[in-house]
Amino acid sequence: MEIPILSIVTFLPLAGALLFIFINRDKENLLRYLALFISIITFIVSLYLYFNFNAQTPDPQFVEKGPWIGYGINYHVGIDGISLYLVLLTTFLMPIVILSSWTYIQNRVKEYLIFMFLLQTGIIGVFVALNLFLFYVFWEAMLIPMYFLIGIWGGKRKIYATVKFVLFTMLGSLLMLVAIFYMYNLFYKATGTYSLNIFDYYRMILNPNVQVWLFLAFGLAFAIKVPMFPFHTWLPDAHVEAPTAGSVVLAAVLLKMGTYGFLRFAFPMFPDALQKFLPVLGVLCIIGIIYGGLMALIQKDVKSLVAYSSVSHMGLIMLAIFALNLEGIEGGIYQMLNHGLSTGALFLCVGILYERSHTRLIKDFGGVSKQMPIFSAFFLVCMLSSVGLPGLNGFVGEILCLFGVFKANKVLAILGVTTVILAAAYLLWMFQRVMQGPITNDKVRSFKDLNLREIAYLTPIVILMFWMGIYPQTFLRKMDVSVSNLVNQVNRKEAIFTEAKKENKPPVNMHVLTENEKDKDPIAKEDKESQ
Amino acid sequence: MTDYFWLIPLIPALSTLILVLFGQKLPKKYVSFQACFAVFASFAISVISFIGLLQTSHEHLPIIKNLFSWIYAGNFQADLALQLDPLSSIMTLVVTGVGFLIHVYSVGYMADDEGYTRYFTYLNLFTFAMLILVMGSNLVVMFVGWEGVGLCSYLLIGFWFDKHSAANAGKKAFIVNRIGDAAFLLGIFFIFINIGSGEFSIINQAIGSGAITQSLATLIAILLFVGATGKSAQIPLYIWLPDAMEGPTPVSALIHAATMVTAGVYMVARMNVLFTFSGSANSVVAIIGAVTAVFAATMALTQNDIKRVLAYSTISQIGYMFIGCGVGAYAAGMFHLYTHAFFKSLLFLAAGSVMHALSGELNMQKMGGLRKYLPLTYPTFLIGAIAIAGIPFLSGFFSKDAILTSAYANGQYLVWALGIFGAVLTAFYMFRLIFLTFFGNERLEPAAKSHLHESPPAMTIPLVLLAFFSIVAGYVGLPVVVGKNLDFFGRFLEPVIHKAHEVHLSLGTEWMLILISVAVAVTGIFIAWVFYIKNPKIPPNLVARFPGLYKILYNKYYVDEIYNTLFVNSTIKGSEIVYDHFDLKVIDGAVNGSAKATNFFGKILSYFQTGFIKDYALIFLLGAILLLGYLLF
Repeated sequence: MEIPILSIVTFLPLAGALLFIFINRDKENLLRYLALFISIITFIVSLYLYFNFNAQTPDPQFVEKGPWIGYGINYHVGIDGISLYLVLLTTFLMPIVILSSWTYIQNRVKEYLIFMFLLQTGIIGVFVALNLFLFYVFWEAMLIPMYFLIGIWGGKRKIYATVKFVLFTMLGSLLMLVAIFYMYNLFYKATGTYSLNIFDYYRMILNPNVQVWLFLAFGLAFAIKVPMFPFHTWLPDAHVEAPTAGSVVLAAVLLKMGTYGFLRFAFPMFPDALQKFLPVLGVLCIIGIIYGGLMALIQKDVKSLVAYSSVSHMGLIMLAIFALNLEGIEGGIYQMLNHGLSTGALFLCVGILYERSHTRLIKDFGGVSKQMPIFSAFFLVCMLSSVGLPGLNGFVGEILCLFGVFKANKVLAILGVTTVILAAAYLLWMFQRVMQGPITNDKVRSFKDLNLREIAYLTPIVILMFWMGIYPQTFLRKMDVSVSNLVNQVNRKEAIFTEAKKENKPPVNMHVLTENEKDKDPIAKEDKESQ
Repeated sequence: MTDYFWLIPLIPALSTLILVLFGQKLPKKYVSFQACFAVFASFAISVISFIGLLQTSHEHLPIIKNLFSWIYAGNFQADLALQLDPLSSIMTLVVTGVGFLIHVYSVGYMADDEGYTRYFTYLNLFTFAMLILVMGSNLVVMFVGWEGVGLCSYLLIGFWFDKHSAANAGKKAFIVNRIGDAAFLLGIFFIFINIGSGEFSIINQAIGSGAITQSLATLIAILLFVGATGKSAQIPLYIWLPDAMEGPTPVSALIHAATMVTAGVYMVARMNVLFTFSGSANSVVAIIGAVTAVFAATMALTQNDIKRVLAYSTISQIGYMFIGCGVGAYAAGMFHLYTHAFFKSLLFLAAGSVMHALSGELNMQKMGGLRKYLPLTYPTFLIGAIAIAGIPFLSGFFSKDAILTSAYANGQYLVWALGIFGAVLTAFYMFRLIFLTFFGNERLEPAAKSHLHESPPAMTIPLVLLAFFSIVAGYVGLPVVVGKNLDFFGRFLEPVIHKAHEVHLSLGTEWMLILISVAVAVTGIFIAWVFYIKNPKIPPNLVARFPGLYKILYNKYYVDEIYNTLFVNSTIKGSEIVYDHFDLKVIDGAVNGSAKATNFFGKILSYFQTGFIKDYALIFLLGAILLLGYLLF
């Protein structure tokens, strides 16, 4: 029997959480070391996925399928070139996050770590699930630990921030749930079988009008998660109030669930509606990029500055994947990883400052570089990675994103390229006010430079930033087939609709392509012949 | 002999890496030795490669070394590849040659600075990035170097970052450059979309075979040129360079005079096929160059800060280089880039030596009569000034003359006239600087006078060497009037520079042009002599007579203030208003409002939840009756 490697990666943290229940809460250090150990083991196991990943096929790999509740609700997981790196990013960051909260979290360490583990399982589950119901379960399950992480270990306005975060997300996901049931029902009517398998849904040709509603329901859930303008206001609040580790996970992986959702569900299932909404979405992304950048410029709190920078960066990522071409989507996925690293790292840096000063207001700092030269170097690299300086990861993602957009729509690209200027402006200005200049606050004089633990968790991130910037082939080449498959899938379905419109056929209400029909599809045939 | 040219940028890179990782633990002496040695080794390989290149026939050019496949996704394909051809060879020689001398100078200049190791790390990193910029075989690699030198410039301008003004200047330089970079990036995208590659050789071929229309070529060329105006401090993006003088003086010499700021000129020369094909883009380049040359020179007239005068002078001189490129005389533009690297870095280093002698004094009004105290700095400074003023037999004369002659020959009389006017101003402000600093009565602060001393050999030897090159460097590109085929520089560049049409002037006209430019240079110097030696009362009288004009010039046409109001402050103010009134009140207000509304309805509903079964039963009954009624009627 094959090893269920994906399930191990997904549920190892959950097993850790279960184990923790039986450990005495007073043994805080044991808990910390054990948590670190489990998270590192999870990361190492997840590396197996990378090394054994077959870059030649678009089909999901490491697939596990088993009956669960029935009526189409099955346990079905697998990854492709799109989800592979998001899983790896999650497992890579978890040990770092645990190390970063080593001294930051002093009360209820046990519960804290348990929630961290639950969160990790939830996030990985979202990325590996191939059954819509399973996906939904993970999507919602992940909210609970996040709710507690902000609500218990957060700052002054933690309750407000938590409720806002949860309500926002719930609103989106409820609509998505309705849409899922609707599709479930449609599929049953058309085929007489129950299914929630996303590959079955990929084969559905839906009435364009129905698509619009379904796309809106799914899209809203994902857009809130990303967050796209104007659904972004929960993010700064959640970030400012969350503990460092919460912010890191939130920015690095949680937001990616939104972009991932678009790629995995909204694009291939509702291509016609997608085309209809593209102009609106493109404009919203541009607004997000510029608006987020401008808002970041004037924030007084470093954390909300980084939060608004996320709005801006995520706007570019969304814009790139809406370009619907290989360059844009690969760039978008690459930029998701970059944003995870650089914004995650920026939050870690802010956390380091907060631990020393218990403030995050920019005006309370100044001249920190003199006091903390090592920290200054790390902070500088993380900032430059976010600015998109060549040689670091951000550049590769940014140039591919912008190129993809440019290929699709020059006007949007010209507007989107302002991100290059804005990012430099808000980040360098922040760096200047926090790190440079004379020391104005006496508290700063007591700051100690990084300790070994802090260096230990920042170093892997910085190494990866350089690696991804200098040799992106390591990462890009395993995405190619999956991404081009996605692009083809969208284009092919779109072709069916254009043809129907051309021949003035009334739109089909609902139709599921059978395996045979797939071959009849004109574009598919051409593809086969050319191969 | 050209086999190892790709090592040229890698040696400083390796040195940087060692300094980053272990620099804090290494002894100071070793740090500077390694940093200097790395650049020297690169210089040696540059020389060897140059000799190898002379023996390579044109068909084998450019020599490309593909290090590895870098960014590949769909149509966007960029290798990390380096190339050696005459253009990049000249640039590597300048960057590593002048760079080495400045490294050595820095050993003396920075000796007592606590950031010694950090300084040399940045300096090596800069050398690496600059070499990548000039050696990249495609636009993307060039862009890497382009941004890399921008970063080093940011780090080095803000080297003394605990000084508010230094940190500010570094940030300003980076952000202003980014505006140009955004345009550069769009230019790259246009090229990739229409030509399918960023490789220079493929681009040139494609343009030759008509892959793009002339108007598209103009659009692309202008976008690239906007990038160049950022990096090379031309109108409208020049404003960062004067502030960049906050950095250590050797940095100003290396980055903000000899190498980085000329990158825009290099880029335009590199893309000469595109610019020539477009035609109108070329005119834009020439006019921006000419206007900048005069505009910056006028701002240099009234400045009292010795480094700022040189900074405006640099902006002005780069304007001349762009005139060269714009009128199609790319070789002349490159020639001026090459001679300027010597005399301008000489001027900066000599200014640094003056500052060193006066414990950091920058104000020329507090100098005067220094020539007897600084027996080496003074003559070398003077040589630099003569060279830049365009006095015959020194390097600056030959290169400036080549540019202006080409402008005239191409019928660009307005550009030529602006160039001539700029030349008077150049000679004037340069000798104003010389006279105020080294002649006249001593106006020193007592503290500065107490330890007035000539600089150590580590600083003076580079000065002497640079002075030597400022004299002789021009002899590789002699004008036609001296003899045919003596323009070795131009001929060496021929394989790279696309020659559209050459206009030949009669020898008589050439002589006349030379005489005019010599005459204006002498006039400029003479006026400076009258103003500052013969009759020092004239300048204050002039200021009294034209206070408005003086104020405008002294305040640099208020361009910084205008930009700040128009772009910086309005953006920040606007964003603050939007944040307070839109983000918090409208968007977030809607969110909170709907939460409150929900809460309100929840409360109303809760009135019905009385907890008494009889109430529920009543409601149930009412509902059932209503439903029944609905069904029946």
